[in-house]
Amino acid sequence: MACNGSGCQSGVCYKDEDVTRNQPIKSEETDSTNPTKVCIKCKLNDAVSGYGGIDDGRFCADCFKTNLFGKFRFAVTSNAMITPTDKVLVAFSGGPSSRVALQFVHDMQERAQRNFDASRDRSLPVFAVGVVFIDESSVLSIPSNEMEEAVEVVGEIVSSLVPPRKDLHIVPIETVYSADSGEGKESLANVMNTVSDPTGREDMLLCLRMLALQKVASEYGYNRIVLGSCISRIACHVISATVKGQGYSLPADIQYVDARWEVPVVLPLRDCFAQEINMLCRLDGLKTVKFSTGPGSSINGLVSSFVSLLQEENPSRESTIVRTAGKLTPFQFNRIPEIIDGNVPLATRRRQKRYNLKSNESVSSESFCPLCNSPLHKSEIVDWSNMDSHRSSDLFNKSCCSSCQFQILPSDSTSMEQFYMDLPRSMVGRAKQVSNGKLSLLREQIQDFLLSDGEDET
Amino acid sequence: MEGAGERKRGVRLCCVCKKARASVKRPKTLDHICRECFYHAFESEIHQVIIRNSLFRPGERVAIGASGGKDSTVLAYVLSKLNRLHNYGLHLFLLSVDEGITGYRDDSLETVHRNQVQYGLPLKVVSYKDLYGWTMDQIVDVIGFKNNCTFCGVFRRQALDRGASLLKVDKLVTGHNADDIAETVLLNLLRGDVARLSRCTSITTGEDGPIPRCKPFNPNLDSFITYAYFKRLDYFSTECIYSPNAYRGFAREFIKDLERIRPRAILDIIKSGENFRISTTTKMPEQGTCERCGYISSQKWCKACVLLDGLNRGLPKLGIGRSRGSVGSENGNESKVEKSIQGKQCGTLDF
Repeated sequence: MACNGSGCQSGVCYKDEDVTRNQPIKSEETDSTNPTKVCIKCKLNDAVSGYGGIDDGRFCADCFKTNLFGKFRFAVTSNAMITPTDKVLVAFSGGPSSRVALQFVHDMQERAQRNFDASRDRSLPVFAVGVVFIDESSVLSIPSNEMEEAVEVVGEIVSSLVPPRKDLHIVPIETVYSADSGEGKESLANVMNTVSDPTGREDMLLCLRMLALQKVASEYGYNRIVLGSCISRIACHVISATVKGQGYSLPADIQYVDARWEVPVVLPLRDCFAQEINMLCRLDGLKTVKFSTGPGSSINGLVSSFVSLLQEENPSRESTIVRTAGKLTPFQFNRIPEIIDGNVPLATRRRQKRYNLKSNESVSSESFCPLCNSPLHKSEIVDWSNMDSHRSSDLFNKSCCSSCQFQILPSDSTSMEQFYMDLPRSMVGRAKQVSNGKLSLLREQIQDFLLSDGEDET
Repeated sequence: MEGAGERKRGVRLCCVCKKARASVKRPKTLDHICRECFYHAFESEIHQVIIRNSLFRPGERVAIGASGGKDSTVLAYVLSKLNRLHNYGLHLFLLSVDEGITGYRDDSLETVHRNQVQYGLPLKVVSYKDLYGWTMDQIVDVIGFKNNCTFCGVFRRQALDRGASLLKVDKLVTGHNADDIAETVLLNLLRGDVARLSRCTSITTGEDGPIPRCKPFNPNLDSFITYAYFKRLDYFSTECIYSPNAYRGFAREFIKDLERIRPRAILDIIKSGENFRISTTTKMPEQGTCERCGYISSQKWCKACVLLDGLNRGLPKLGIGRSRGSVGSENGNESKVEKSIQGKQCGTLDF
């Protein structure tokens, strides 16, 4: 501030200015004279290409990896996804995205462990990590030898990521039924066979998968679920949700944090492209599992081929789609709920508070579709006073979102009743919550005047 | 599907009147209906849209954007019929834009001229040549086949508004099928145009501007083509010769594929578009007026003036793509500017 322009006679400022002026020109010269591309970051190694996106061919392998991990770490820290006291469950499907998510979570945990071992007071604990693999062979037609092989590979991968030690939970999808697995398997098959729409089947499986993840997480005391959804996957979801008429609930699914579930779900790879993830798997020789299930003729499949076509045309298309959808208002549950517990270190709480502040604008929603758990638009919320039928299967049908009603639920009343009987009890339980939603909305409005927190009094 | 039980010697009967032979399957309900019932359903759908949204007031002057294509021809026909039938009390006009594309617009304008006689509606034609001093043929000569749709689209929008103000109309209606609107929702999502994404599904737009526009589209997916086909309407169906694979076509192909799997997807896309809640913290372009021509613009100069200025200065690629610099102040070394623009690959598709 002291030396502005002509008044300053000291040579120091002048020199400073000169140096800063010359620097960019120099680097430009080296860039243009060098025919083999050098990494723009370290300016030492040759750049590699093949990872797509706008940065393709700019970084060397090491800088590329650092950059990708940086995106992950930034997403984790800036959204308070993982804090030292957490117990994190990584949902591992065997695919490249969740493989990278697992790797990065492990890298982060390893660093935390090293810091912990080096620190004198050991005040910050190291977060715990577990891995869950869901065996979907009872729904998808996966050859049994393939599934056995996959389970073996998953086991090897997880046991190679030590220390710190990670628990591995291999769980069949029918675990969503609390009854013994034989009975659950049958109900599950009945449910899936009732859904005739191929897109509906895929989405139904998605709902069940989340239910299974939630169940494992709460059973074993995890307080975060990490999904490997990358930007390419999210871009596809934006388009397919739009196509299914889910424009209202769409913003709920595409944020870094989704805490509408009992155990909050986090998406730390939200800024990484699928191509980058594949590249990392290639570079580091990360083993992945792939099942030989052919692509069906579903809307989801059509959308993903459309989006990858667009991405080929323009390497930033996927991020444009996600950025556009990011302008839609998120919901209140799209952030980590604040900790009130006094046992949590103050630093953790303070950090969380700081990052949560920015989501000042959000929509509160009190009704959710019992099937897919998406927030309901006001036009989808049923006025229960006008319901003529009192059959619980009909009530369930009415409380679902219009997208599920169309593509998942059977249209005739008798198959609906059977379908309802075969659903996991936790989904049925959600529907009951929905019908109580109106009451809780009323409660919310008069909350300031209520003297007791108990429901029983009302 | 429902008509399956009513087969009579292999002939399916209309499931509305149950008398005539069914000849149309309605895309949304999959009902099989006869021609007369189809006409009635189609027209009353549009009537309902007009009434529900109270699009018009008696005595208003309304211009119908007429390209000679199926959508605008059907709209002109149906609107003039409904106007008579339901006593809307509207003064209807046909408004056409002559882009100056030999082998395309000259032919389609002839169709509009015939429509003028057939429907007894007065016609006004505004041409790019008169308004801007350039025909599309001349522009394509300069710019080539890439990005020419940008010029045409920007110029047409303004030409329609100028034509409408010459006709002193209160409203401008344009013919849109539901899939056009679904396509627009998708395109705005794909290219990150949040401002347009938030308004592209509303039936009336530009209410704060001089001439509001509305698109009374049919929400039941009944195709304009079917109507035009059965009514033997006189329309022009050639694709523009300059847009063989315009970017919109990409999205259109996708929507066609979607429709094959799930017909209601089109309505679902529109529904999504209506239910999008754009965050209020999003920076939206501020509407002002162009310093040069006075047309509505969020920038110092409106897009048409920027493009036109580029054309007249021999820098036709000015204003295309991502360069956001204010053009009016660029008085520096022109040859240098030209070089840098020419050197830039024309990869940014302005679709």
